[in-house]
Amino acid sequence: MKKYILKRVLLSILILFFVTLIIYTLIRCLPTSYIENIARQKSMQPGSKSYEEWMEQLSAMYNLDTGILTGFFRWWGQMLRGNFGDSWVYTIPVTEEFNKTIWLSFVMGLITMFFEIIIAVPLGIIAATKQYSKTDYTISVIALAGISLPTFFFASLLKLVFSVKLGWFDLFGLVGRNYEQLDSFHQFLDKANHLVLPCVTLIVISIGGLMRYTRTNMLEVLNSDYIRTARAKGLSERKVIYHHAFRNTLIPLVTIIGGSLPGLFSGALITETLYAIPGIGYASYKAMVGGDIPFSMFYLTFLAILTLLGNLISDILYAVVDPRVRIS
Amino acid sequence: MSDEIKKDVQQAEAETAEKKEPQYSLNDDRRVKVLSPGAMVAKRFFRNRIAMVGLVILIFMFVFSFIGGILSPYSQDQRFYRVDSLSKEYCSAIENTEFRYAVADGQEFTSIIQAQMVLATQKGVNEFSFKGVNYVMEPVGEDFYIVKLANGTEIGLAFKNVFSESDPSFKASYTFLREALSADAAGETSFTVDGKTYDLDENGIVTQGNTEIGYISRYVVQPLMSDVFLTRDFKEQLLEALETGDKDFYFTDPDGVESDYVIEYNAASHKYTVKQSRESQVYDTYAAPSKEHWLGTDRNGMDMLTRLMYGGRVSLIIGFIVELIANLLGVILGGISGYFGGWVDNLIMRIVDIFYCIPSTPILIILGAAMDAQMVDPTVRMMYLMLILGFLSWPSVARMIRGQILSLREQEFMTATEATGIRVSRRIFRHLVPNVIPLLIVSASMGIGGTIITEATLSFLGLGVKFPFASWGNIINDVNNTHVLTNYWFIWIPAGVLLLGTVLAFNLVGDGLRDAFDPRMKR
Repeated sequence: MKKYILKRVLLSILILFFVTLIIYTLIRCLPTSYIENIARQKSMQPGSKSYEEWMEQLSAMYNLDTGILTGFFRWWGQMLRGNFGDSWVYTIPVTEEFNKTIWLSFVMGLITMFFEIIIAVPLGIIAATKQYSKTDYTISVIALAGISLPTFFFASLLKLVFSVKLGWFDLFGLVGRNYEQLDSFHQFLDKANHLVLPCVTLIVISIGGLMRYTRTNMLEVLNSDYIRTARAKGLSERKVIYHHAFRNTLIPLVTIIGGSLPGLFSGALITETLYAIPGIGYASYKAMVGGDIPFSMFYLTFLAILTLLGNLISDILYAVVDPRVRIS
Repeated sequence: MSDEIKKDVQQAEAETAEKKEPQYSLNDDRRVKVLSPGAMVAKRFFRNRIAMVGLVILIFMFVFSFIGGILSPYSQDQRFYRVDSLSKEYCSAIENTEFRYAVADGQEFTSIIQAQMVLATQKGVNEFSFKGVNYVMEPVGEDFYIVKLANGTEIGLAFKNVFSESDPSFKASYTFLREALSADAAGETSFTVDGKTYDLDENGIVTQGNTEIGYISRYVVQPLMSDVFLTRDFKEQLLEALETGDKDFYFTDPDGVESDYVIEYNAASHKYTVKQSRESQVYDTYAAPSKEHWLGTDRNGMDMLTRLMYGGRVSLIIGFIVELIANLLGVILGGISGYFGGWVDNLIMRIVDIFYCIPSTPILIILGAAMDAQMVDPTVRMMYLMLILGFLSWPSVARMIRGQILSLREQEFMTATEATGIRVSRRIFRHLVPNVIPLLIVSASMGIGGTIITEATLSFLGLGVKFPFASWGNIINDVNNTHVLTNYWFIWIPAGVLLLGTVLAFNLVGDGLRDAFDPRMKR
């Protein structure tokens, strides 16, 4: 087991190395005029560094004057020391901006995941146990509709109904207009109120996938021999489903949910942007659109690490949860 | 045998002959209606009601996008105009309520003396003295005095009817002012200054020959709109309207355009503002649905329904091409990896792992922003978009194909192909690939839905398909404007519904196909 984990971790690091190489190459391949233009625009701003200084700083950070490979290795060296440079858009160190925004995204992700699980898993199980019934069809179609819903369209609809027509929530932002005047409890309520629509959007969009996954796996379990045995020995249907079938369905569920844990930190790029929620997703969107290379590089690397971590966790969990697949 | 019986027998025989089916022995294959595997799949698929709903929606979308665009009377970037009455502030007229003064050449007529003069007029006397000097005011007309010293020397004029030059290069001299104002007060139609004769009409317009010099009026008229020249006729009409107290008047300018002018009086500033309402052609933006435009027009004044049709084309074509690229790459690499195994498999799978970790949305956003800054041509941009999307989505296909081939490779029929000595390429393409195709079709039909969403999201953010091309995403893009969100449902709801419908239909069909291809999933 230890050996397996070690092997997986080493492999992940190797993959990360190549992923960052691709990302680095990609950024290096951006037209020079684009980078120079941005640096020029930055230097136009009042109280900003001069154009030469910007370019110098950029060259130093990304070793633009050296070859791609040398530059890449030097960048890795700096990255390992936790130095990602200063953000161009936010004009503070990248890691500082990251610290400011990540926790909000994490909270949003946590809320979303909680509701996603408590809604999707039971529905998926109901659909599977009542396969080909009206309930099953309804649930399946709703799940597919959730998957098919374009985030931006759904968010706009929610805004129209709940913000414009009913006036329950604000259209944008995390805090209301009179946030500063509120006491800390009401400040908390104000923030919670602003998070309702984004979280609802995220939940509805993500629910379908987990629901279908649960249903498929539950069906597979229900079709297996040991369930037939359980039924044959005269267990009640309740006991068959919740005692024998559900526990076995938990194996893939725990694996996939464990694998998506790192994703809690990745932020919801589109949703946060739509609602102007100052999380990591919105921050990086602004950075990427504004041509903020240090921040973009950091965010891309960060996302790659999260994906790798997710795969790693789900692989390890799979081996931990299901003794049958444990690799010697 | 009687004839009757014969008849009966014949009839019965005829009846049985009619009913009779070809007689086969019990174990004859022809007794059983045999369906090819393909027909079985089709049958199962067509029985699935939800999948059929999806198929109907898909057919509708294709007809709507590809045939609708041809049938639509408009083209995708045709702009429509409407005539709108624009009310602009045209000019202002200020009523002069204070005395104005002109100083005779070489004389002293200081503001203190002027103030004394005003006091005298308020007292109703025609003479006043200041610092021991006596002054006489000679009334010429209403609110027009020539101020003289007691010895008769003219020192200046005080007047309320103002002379305004029309020609900025003309500088009215003291004598000119004196003569012109006197002529105006006396109601004369002409006056002479320095040997030149000027004409004066009843509205106070001063002309020399045919050229307008200026006008004398209680009102000072100034243009408010830039590059506007107030013609003499216009001023005449305006002054007349001001005298009579009319609130509006019509005037036809030298180009023959008739406009309505409305005069508004601001009591606080004693200022009249003249607003010109003119019919002008503007883009017919955000027009509500009507007979000509069933879904109204968008922010550029283009027909929304037609844009939706062309947008559907773009979205569907991008979906198909991206999926084609992804599947082609995925099948080739996944196939090689699965079939050959060993280090090739290991290598390709590690590449897949690497590509799997590349966050695609951020990369697309970065590239989109860079292309924005470089002003890449919209057509080229669309190609790039398809290539990048295709290139970023092949790993999942490759992984799936590899898994499938790995399991197929171990099956008996593959051993049989090996045993019979069929060459490798034939083994792969004739026996392995057809077994992968069902899975591929299912994943592709769901993948197209996903691609369409990705493309729409990018276009929505303004980083995907660009104007003048329409795409469902960039049509909804307008909803970023809160005013559009709240007031113009027809701008974004139809596009969103089409998008949702298409993606849902692809998913439903994909789901139905999977069930049809793989009956094992059914209990």
